[in-house]
Amino acid sequence: MKKLGFIVNPIAGMGGAVGLKGTDGEETLRKAIALGAKPIAPVRAKIFLSHLKKILGEVHLLAAAGKMGEEEAKEIRFECTTIGEAKDETSPNDTKKVAKMMVKEKMNLLVFCGGDGTARDIMDVIGLKLPVLGVPTGVKMHSAVFALNPEAAAYVAAKFLSSGLPLREAEVMDVDEEAFRQGRLSAKLYGYMLVPYEAEYIQGVKMPSFRSRSELRNQAAIAVYVIEKVLQPDVIYILGPGTTTRTIADLLDQKKTLLGVDLLLNKKIIAKDVNEKEILKHIEGRKAKIIVTPIGGQGFIFGRGNQQISPDVIRKVGVRNIIVISTRGKIENLKDLRVDTGDPQLDEELRGEIEVIVDYNQKVIMPVR
Amino acid sequence: MGEFRQARWSEPLIFSIGASGRKGYSFPSIKDTSKSALCEIPENLRRRRLPDLPEVSEVEVVKHFTRLSQMNFGVDNGLYPLGSCTMKYNPKMNDAIASLDEVRWIHPLQPEETLQGMLEVMYKLGLWLCEITGMHKFSLQPAAGANGEFTGILIIRAYHRIRGELEKRREIIVPDSAHGTNPASASMGGFEVVTVPSDESGCIDIEALKEAVSQRTAGLMLTNPNTLGIFEERIREIEEIIHDSGGLLYYDGANMNAILGKTRPGDMGFDIVHLNLHKTFSTPHGGGGPGAGPVGVKEHLKDFLPVPLVEYDGKKYYLNYDVPHSIGKVKGFYCNFDVLVRAFAYILTVGAEGLKSISEISVLNANYLASKISDIRGFEVPYGRGKPRKHEFVVSCSRLRSETGISAKNVAKRLLDYGVHAPTIYFPPIVDEALMIEPTESASIEELDEFVRAMEAISKEAYENPEKVLKAPHNTSVGPIDEVKASHPRTLCLSWRMYKRKFMKESVKP
Repeated sequence: MKKLGFIVNPIAGMGGAVGLKGTDGEETLRKAIALGAKPIAPVRAKIFLSHLKKILGEVHLLAAAGKMGEEEAKEIRFECTTIGEAKDETSPNDTKKVAKMMVKEKMNLLVFCGGDGTARDIMDVIGLKLPVLGVPTGVKMHSAVFALNPEAAAYVAAKFLSSGLPLREAEVMDVDEEAFRQGRLSAKLYGYMLVPYEAEYIQGVKMPSFRSRSELRNQAAIAVYVIEKVLQPDVIYILGPGTTTRTIADLLDQKKTLLGVDLLLNKKIIAKDVNEKEILKHIEGRKAKIIVTPIGGQGFIFGRGNQQISPDVIRKVGVRNIIVISTRGKIENLKDLRVDTGDPQLDEELRGEIEVIVDYNQKVIMPVR
Repeated sequence: MGEFRQARWSEPLIFSIGASGRKGYSFPSIKDTSKSALCEIPENLRRRRLPDLPEVSEVEVVKHFTRLSQMNFGVDNGLYPLGSCTMKYNPKMNDAIASLDEVRWIHPLQPEETLQGMLEVMYKLGLWLCEITGMHKFSLQPAAGANGEFTGILIIRAYHRIRGELEKRREIIVPDSAHGTNPASASMGGFEVVTVPSDESGCIDIEALKEAVSQRTAGLMLTNPNTLGIFEERIREIEEIIHDSGGLLYYDGANMNAILGKTRPGDMGFDIVHLNLHKTFSTPHGGGGPGAGPVGVKEHLKDFLPVPLVEYDGKKYYLNYDVPHSIGKVKGFYCNFDVLVRAFAYILTVGAEGLKSISEISVLNANYLASKISDIRGFEVPYGRGKPRKHEFVVSCSRLRSETGISAKNVAKRLLDYGVHAPTIYFPPIVDEALMIEPTESASIEELDEFVRAMEAISKEAYENPEKVLKAPHNTSVGPIDEVKASHPRTLCLSWRMYKRKFMKESVKP
C-alpha cells in the first residue's frame, strides 16, 4: 500500500484574518490569538482528508501526532499511524522533527497544510528527496508548491498515489513578514521541492503522445534555443534566478547560482550572485539584456525573488531587452505574467503583451498585468 | 436506457496461437527469374534468419480477427462524437465504388492515355474543391491533413524565398486554440512558432495578434470556425493585419464541415487551404493509413504547388510536371486515389444542396447537444457564452471535478460504458477539463438524446457514487489500464519483439 505522510501546521493562517500578514514568530501568534484569530489549518486539513477518503480507495496515512495531523484524521475517522509525540504548542522545530521521522518511513508523498513558512521548514528537511504537496492554509502563499485548494490537493494526491503524475521542481518562496507588515513586499526564493502536477491540464490530445513533457528536457530545449539563436556577442545577459535560467549556464559548462542573479558575457559567467549596485556597475556603458523566468506560482517576472534586477537596472537595460523564458508546464498554469518592481510607472510600461520562449523555436504571447 | 455491453474475448496474441508448421496459405514456388532478382539484393540488406511470424491455420486467423473486430468500436456501431477529429459515417456506396476493379487494379506507372478516367476524377474533384473553398488550384497529393499542412508551410517558405524575404520571415503565428499539428508542421518547415492567446469570447485576441505580427511574420495558421466551434468574427481584420505585414494566411480545413456552401476560406482572404477529406467528405479516417489532405491555393501561389498537377487540355487529361516554382513532391506518385474516389462519389451523390444541408444539420446537432449538456449539473460550455456554436463545442467539467473529484477523463471513460465513444478530451488546452464534442450530421435525434441521457446519468453518478465513474469503464472489452506502466519507457511495449525482450527476457537476435 502507498504511504502518505501528513503534517499540519495548526497555527498557519491565523495571522491573516486579523490583518497580521503572517504568523511567523511566537509574539505574532500571541497577538493573533489576542485579536481573536481562530485556527484555519485544521479545518482545511479535514477538507483535504475527507476528499481524499472519498476518491482514493486505499492509502497508508502517516499523520504527525496530536494537532499536527493525528487529531484531524481521527475526527473524520481516517485510519492512520501516528508519528512523533503530541504537543500542546507547536513550533517550526516540531514540523522539522516530524518531517525527519517521516523521511525514514519511506513515504511516497508528503502532504503538508500550511503556508510559505511551513513550506520552508519542510524544504529544509526534505529538499528534493521526495515528492511534496502543499495544502494552502497559510497567510502568505507565494511558493509554487501549493495546490489551488484542499479539494484540488486531494485530487492531485489521489492521482499521484493511484496512477502517478509527473514531478516538477517548484519554487519555495517567502516574504519578509516584518517588511510586509510595514507595507513593503520583499519576496525571497529559498529553494525548490519536487511537486506532482496534473499533466492532463496541459496535454493536447493532438500532440504526439510520446513527446516528453518532462521539465528537464523542456528546459534543455529552451536553453539550446537561447544559446543558438538569442545570445549575441558582447552583450551582458543578466540571468535571473531559477532552474530554467540555470540550464542555459549548465549547457555552456558554466556554474550559475540557483537563487541568485548572475551575469553572462560571451557565454561565460562573469559575476555571480550580484546585487543591484554590482549589476549597474557591470552594465555601465554596455549593451545588456535581461533573461528571466516567471517565479513562484503567480507568474511574477519581476519583484519576487529577483529584486536585484531593480527598476534602475530594468530602465538601463530597456524594456525591449527583456527575454522571458519558461517551461510549458509552468506557463500553461498561468493566465498572465505579473510585475511588481516597486516603481509603479515602470510597472505600467512593462504591462501589455510579451513574448515568452517556451521551447526550441516556440514562443507564446502572454499578457503582463 | 438499455445496458450496453461490449464483446469480451480473452483472446491471446496471435503469436501465442497455432503450432509449428501450421499454415493457412501455400505460396507458389519462386520462379527462376525472380530468384535471380533476389540475388541482386546486396548481402548486407538480406535477412540472416527467417522472420518470426505466427504459424496459424486459416480458421485460427479468421476466428482471431473476427473476435478482435467484435471487441472494436467504430462509426458503424455507435455514436462517435469525437470533436476536432471528426468521424462521420462513411456511406457504403462509396466503399463499393472504391472497390470497383477499375479503381483497384490501376497502376501509377500505366500510360496516361489508359488512365483518363482516373485523371478525370482527380481533375474534377480538384475543381469542385476549388469551388467549395474559393481557391484557384488544388493539389491532391498530400496523404493526410498534417501532410497537407506541411505542404502549405513549404509553399509559404518557397513564396518568401522567391521574394528574397525568407531570411527575415522566420515566424509562423498560431492561436492557442489551434490544432496541435499546426505548430508541429510549422516547426518541421523550419519556422519558429509564436502562439497567440484567445480572448474571453473564444476568438483570437486581436491586441496580442498585433503584438505578435512583425516583419518576421511568415504567415498565420488558422481554423475557422476554431476548435471551440466559434466563428472568428473579426476574420477580415485578422486578414488585413497579416497581409499588411507581408505574411500569408493558411486555413486549416479541419473544421470545413461547419461552413459548406455557407462561406469559403477563399472569400475570407486565406491564401492556402488544406482539407481533411475524412472530416468533411466522409472518407474513412486515415489514422496513419491511407488518407488525403488536398491543398488548394489562390492564383498567386499556383506555381508553388507540388508536381504533378492534373490538367485538361480540352481533349485529354494529363499530368503536368512543368510547374515553375514547385516545392516538388510531398508523397510518392499522385495521391491516395482510393480515398479521393470516395470523396468524389460523396460530393457527386449529395450534390451542392446536399453539402449545404450537411453543414446545417451538423451545426444544428452540435447546438442541440451543447444546449442540453450545459443544463446538466457540473457541465458548462465556456467562452463566448450564449454565442451559437458551429460544428462542435467544448464542455468544461471543471465544476464537476471540483465538486466531485470526477475529471473529464473519468467522464469520457464512463461514456464508453453507455456505448458512446469518448469525445476528445483536454483539447483545446485553453479549456479546463475539456470534453470536445462533435456529433456531425450522421447522428439522429434519438442518438443525440441517448447521449444526453448518458451524460445526465454520469453527472448523477459523479455526485452520488463517484467510485463507479472513477473505476470506469466496466462494460467494455478492455478495462482501465495502468497509464504509467503503459507509457513508461521501461514497460512501454509496442511490438511482440519488445514484449519478448522486456517480459520474457528473451535475447533478440538482429
